[in-house]
Amino acid sequence: MIVSEQKPLEEILQMMEGEGKIFVVGCNGCAESSGTGGKAQVAEMKELLEKEGKKVTGTVSVDFLCDKGLVKSRLARRASQIGESDALLVMTCGIGVQSTAAVVAKPAHPACNTISLGGSRGEWRGSERCRECGDCLLDHTGGLCPLTVCTKGLINGPCGGAKDGKCEFQPQTRDCGWQLIYERLRKLGRLDRMRTIIEPKDYSKMDVSEEIRSTTRWALEQREGETVKK
Amino acid sequence: MKLSDAFKSGKFVITSEVGPPKGVDVAAMIDDAELLRGRVDGLNVTDQQSSVMRLGSLATCKLLKDKEIEPVFQITCRDRNRIALQSDLLSAHVFGVENVLCLTGDYVSLGDHPQAKAVFDLDSVGLLHAATSLREGKDLAGNELKGKPDFCAGAVVTPGADPLEPQIIKMEKKVKVGAQFFQTQAVYEPEKFEQFMAQVKHLNVPVMLGIVLLKSAGMARFMNKNVAGVHVPDRLIDEMDKAEDRVKKSIEIAARLIKEMKDMCQGVHLMPIGWEKRVPAVLDAAGL
Repeated sequence: MIVSEQKPLEEILQMMEGEGKIFVVGCNGCAESSGTGGKAQVAEMKELLEKEGKKVTGTVSVDFLCDKGLVKSRLARRASQIGESDALLVMTCGIGVQSTAAVVAKPAHPACNTISLGGSRGEWRGSERCRECGDCLLDHTGGLCPLTVCTKGLINGPCGGAKDGKCEFQPQTRDCGWQLIYERLRKLGRLDRMRTIIEPKDYSKMDVSEEIRSTTRWALEQREGETVKK
Repeated sequence: MKLSDAFKSGKFVITSEVGPPKGVDVAAMIDDAELLRGRVDGLNVTDQQSSVMRLGSLATCKLLKDKEIEPVFQITCRDRNRIALQSDLLSAHVFGVENVLCLTGDYVSLGDHPQAKAVFDLDSVGLLHAATSLREGKDLAGNELKGKPDFCAGAVVTPGADPLEPQIIKMEKKVKVGAQFFQTQAVYEPEKFEQFMAQVKHLNVPVMLGIVLLKSAGMARFMNKNVAGVHVPDRLIDEMDKAEDRVKKSIEIAARLIKEMKDMCQGVHLMPIGWEKRVPAVLDAAGL
């Protein structure tokens, strides 16, 4: 399973600056087990956002957001609510945020940071990949992960190696990730996001904290002995 | 001398480059460097160019510095994490290296060790940020340094990239984190370069026009097909095709391009790719 933790509310609100109407998407898979994006957390988030003066146009929970076909069919039924929204808030792992961003022509903000304890990952993922870096950048990059969609994992823009939109690594088949990001952001009218300087990543965030290590369902399954001591 | 000081003095700055050998026999490379003594303001030393394992860039810079030839230390993010990159920048300073050029680096698959693990812990913006931070006396983690290194940090840009806007957005970021000059990928179309320069005028940063010597029509066609952001127009390919003396024609074309674009920018960076010995003739023909 993929472990995620919610980003601080302050960071989430910062992503939504200037946006009044938000559609909230949750996932009944790993995000529910992580306690970050199940039905209960979606309801909590709705309340929090409303308290902050946002209008929540609707919420939906999907089994699971890593299954792009399912995301398409579930979100299509909410087309009118999503249509009137300024953006979506996606409360799940990086794969789910990316599959949502890929099928909706609106900004999809990540509500969580994704980390990993190993175990199986998004079983139905398509082309979306998540490095489980613990500090999700998807808000800056139009819902395409620069660590996985760019061969070099560059975080501030393209290198000079792309030709005709293709990467210098496997130019026959591999797209330049930053060209995809650029085009997505341009389409969303969010090129300002690309102008933000992203500081060197804190790779220590990829390590899972003791607290998470001792509380998630997957971790508990892997551990021997008693969890609740006398 | 720092290239930033050369730009400040208002002169048209000239750099070229040498590639460290695959091995330890440096004689031929030193010969090439000697030919350019007094003709250039700096000599770039490539860092495992095209991801091919060679003698190191920093060691080569030290060899040049000992001979009082001004090196420009090329440093890429491919092979070193932030600890090694920052350490090498400090080492460069104690060796007297005054100019560094910060690059992303080609992917490992392009070189002779495609099995290698690529690093890219920092990207070129992060590396420039690190260089600026070190100059201010702190490392990336915010720790104080004993003594501040001092060097002029440059970066690269591809004026012929399509689309160009992402390149310019990144160039803006590089300037913001401390890039003091830019060298460009090879340019063969003055009209396109003029448009590019107009688009980056607001950045107010010196730009050095990149020139790669065309060795043959075949090389031009190869670059058009395979090298990102480089386009040699058909008229130049025709000229090379029809030339009786390829070397003479190559020098003539390079000199003409420099003359046509000299007034649009603040310097020129010549990449001879094996034709190092022809660089003085190009400079002569360009009146530099």
